[in-house]
Amino acid sequence: MTLLHLAIIAPFLFAILVPFLYKYFRKIHTGWFVLILPIVLFSYFVQFIDEMMDGNTIIQTAEWIPSLGINFTAYIDGLGLLFALLITGIGSLVVLYSIFYLAKEKEQLHHFYVYLLMFMGAMLGVVLSDNVIVLYTFWEFTSLSSFLLIGFWYTREKSRYGAQKSMMITIFGGLLMLGGFILLYLLTNTFSIREMISQVPAIMDDKLFVPALILILFGAFTKSAQFPFYIWLPDAMEAPTPVSAYLHSATMVKAGIYLVARFSPVFAGTAEWFWIVSAFGLFTMFWGSFNAVKQTDLKGILAFSTVSQLGMIMSMLGVGSAALVLDSVSDTYYSVAIVAAIFHLINHATFKGSLFMVVGIIDHETGTRDIRKLGGLMSFMPISFTISIIGAFSMAGLPPFNGFLSKEMFFTSMVRITELNILNLETLGLLFPIIAWIASIFTFIYSMIIVFKTFTGKFQPEKLKTKPHEAPIGMLISPIILASLVIIFFFFPSLLEYTIIEPAIASIIPGMLGGDEKFHVHIQPWHGFNTELWMTIGVVLIGLLAFLMLSKWSGIYRFTPKKLTLNKGYDAAIRGLDKSSSTFTRFYMTGFIRDYLAYIFIFMIVIVGTSLVVKNGFSFNLRNTAPVGIYEAVLAAVMVIGTITVLFAKSRLTSIIALGSVGYSLSLFFVLFRAPDLALTQLCVETVSVALFLLCFYYLPELKKREKKLPFKLTNLIISLGVGAIVTLIGLAANSQRVSETISSYFIENSYELAGGKNMVNVILVDFRGFDTLFEITVLCIAALGIYGMIRLQAKKEGEE
Amino acid sequence: MKKTNLKTNDLIFQTATKVIVFLIIIYSWHLFFSGHYTPGGGFIGGLMTSGAIVLLLLAYDIKTVVSILPFDYIKMAALGLLIALLTGIGSLFYNVPFLTHTFGYVELPLLGETALATAVLFDLGVYLVVIGVTMTIIQTIGETE
Repeated sequence: MTLLHLAIIAPFLFAILVPFLYKYFRKIHTGWFVLILPIVLFSYFVQFIDEMMDGNTIIQTAEWIPSLGINFTAYIDGLGLLFALLITGIGSLVVLYSIFYLAKEKEQLHHFYVYLLMFMGAMLGVVLSDNVIVLYTFWEFTSLSSFLLIGFWYTREKSRYGAQKSMMITIFGGLLMLGGFILLYLLTNTFSIREMISQVPAIMDDKLFVPALILILFGAFTKSAQFPFYIWLPDAMEAPTPVSAYLHSATMVKAGIYLVARFSPVFAGTAEWFWIVSAFGLFTMFWGSFNAVKQTDLKGILAFSTVSQLGMIMSMLGVGSAALVLDSVSDTYYSVAIVAAIFHLINHATFKGSLFMVVGIIDHETGTRDIRKLGGLMSFMPISFTISIIGAFSMAGLPPFNGFLSKEMFFTSMVRITELNILNLETLGLLFPIIAWIASIFTFIYSMIIVFKTFTGKFQPEKLKTKPHEAPIGMLISPIILASLVIIFFFFPSLLEYTIIEPAIASIIPGMLGGDEKFHVHIQPWHGFNTELWMTIGVVLIGLLAFLMLSKWSGIYRFTPKKLTLNKGYDAAIRGLDKSSSTFTRFYMTGFIRDYLAYIFIFMIVIVGTSLVVKNGFSFNLRNTAPVGIYEAVLAAVMVIGTITVLFAKSRLTSIIALGSVGYSLSLFFVLFRAPDLALTQLCVETVSVALFLLCFYYLPELKKREKKLPFKLTNLIISLGVGAIVTLIGLAANSQRVSETISSYFIENSYELAGGKNMVNVILVDFRGFDTLFEITVLCIAALGIYGMIRLQAKKEGEE
Repeated sequence: MKKTNLKTNDLIFQTATKVIVFLIIIYSWHLFFSGHYTPGGGFIGGLMTSGAIVLLLLAYDIKTVVSILPFDYIKMAALGLLIALLTGIGSLFYNVPFLTHTFGYVELPLLGETALATAVLFDLGVYLVVIGVTMTIIQTIGETE
């Protein structure tokens, strides 16, 4: 346990305190106490920047389950640090914002902050773990805390629905990811990501490599809301807005991005990785932006826009992996995609966080988030208006905001990919920039919708619950900080270049550079008149045109049939699972013992019969058989007649008597086969049990006492014949294949020598195998006590009534 | 087991029972004691003894039998189990494994040289358990209406 470990689990430890703070300091908003922690952590993590700039990494190991190779290894490199700073930095701002957003009188703040801190700790654990099992543990913690936060207002039905949906999808992905981790462990024999990376050349051609790749991508895609798993994100918007801003735009949804980036050194360099990651990313980007335009709820737009932006980052990571395919990339010609991905990751966190906070303010001050009801708020809320212009224009990719820079770099990387001649890119490569460009146009449109449908146009006071006014300053601080970062990063991108972005890239594509070399990261707003600039100009012009004529063409959204959406598919799948499993259960869990007995017997026939056939186990020979005498034949005939009588008797009394005759002939068999002890016992026991049967028969209830023959059922006949045949076959086979001598000769020789008895059966019962007898008499005692208890206690109960 | 009908006269049955019960009990003891050498033993001996008591039950009613043989059969079963267990534990004191039996020839007054085995003690436990169990079952069922 070092300071670093303590920093990672600090939120968990602090969460323990929260309920006490809530209870004993009712006057002070609990958020103020919580605020301290992320700020402290942020400053703690900032000090690592220097180390990272020098290309160092930090590893601290605390033993957890050393015998399994599972240790809590905290590992800081450029990528981990970037995420840690995002988590703690935005975490501080979100906590500050939530202090003003959640009223301390109405809300259950102790729950909220416990969940939020749990999430923060889990997220730090995800990004700073080197051990995949620990990573997975924290990963599920994020799913769990996200579930709790989405369902924070648990009295609303939609919250519960959204929480359940996100839980189902992210846990589904998480479990598949665990499978991927285990496959990687099988390949490399280590749980440490660093050691896996060092073994990549050796495992690349293994047949488990691609399944591991796909399983891990499942985890990343479900968490990062990629197509078709994005559907949980819009429903997660039922969470309080600080949660949406924090989890569902800036941090948790980027856990999948982190995972892809973290495992790039392992998997990148294969065609599968390149195609899956970049194609899904690009399509998600297009699909998210396309669907965002039709939303009417502000948070809905932002949710789909998050999906789209995540797809964009994902596609850049995929495209950037091409850099690892080419061995001779000493320049940064293709790694520009990675630079763009990292840069856009930061930018997205800033502008999307601020936009969510502004939407929260609008919701708070007007009582609605529906853009059809909003309009003309500019004069009431000038600060919010400014912030949302900055955020939305940055999202659309306009100068002078940081989104412009990353979008330019995005276009650059997409254009350059067409020039590659690897991985079948000659033909399909041209699609990349085209899809990216179209998606950007839609991005531009919905960004405009957010700003102009909300703040300009006609003011409709009659549709609003409250009279709108500017939010309190405390609520505005966080979005203002984020919005200023948006502008600062545009004018001074060098603040990030070699401090944060370069170390992060070095950990995504390691081993590309020699010794002291560094990746060339130079972000500048002006590249001259090149393809990218023309593309951006095209986006702005067409986007503007499309936005102005929105009402003319928005009819196309009605063409898509409602039933074919993914949400409907998800609901139908859940319902179908529910229904089919209950139908299935109802089908075989009939509640009738005869059915269960049939299952048991059929199973026995099938398993034993198959193994007899498969193992070729059946054999039959007469070597060890004794001659059959006349007495045996007669007795056997009597037993068979008795058995048949039991089955076909019309009256139960006949069956009981016939059963008794079978028992007595059995004791005769014992006599015949020279087992006097058994014969004596069998006689007595048979007498007693026949008497008990008669007793049961005598006390049968009058109503149902109908003398009836056993009804005939073909299945029962087949099953019972099968069981009989199987048991007979086994008996014959076992008897024919006796391999070793019996141990009875030992008893014969020693029963008088060692135990001083001449009745061998009794000597075995009380001496050689006395232990068995001890417990058999225990069984008898239990049976007697059971009968006694059953009858006496029941009588007492009736007496009481 | 069933309540005997008081109106019928069971004189022959009851008189015969008085004689036969002793014969059966003596036979059951014979089976029990000779179990080590000839067929028999605790189990069948116990069954025979309880058979004798059942005969009593048939000839008389339950109350009479309880007054003749005032045993608590559940406790008898427990006692038998305890005896069987103790014979096992006893072997531990001689530093041999659980349930190790021994035997020897002992000169007894009246009987002369007799073979005695600790296994018989164990068998005694079995005997008591069997009587206890069968009588508990039969009495319990017989007493319910």
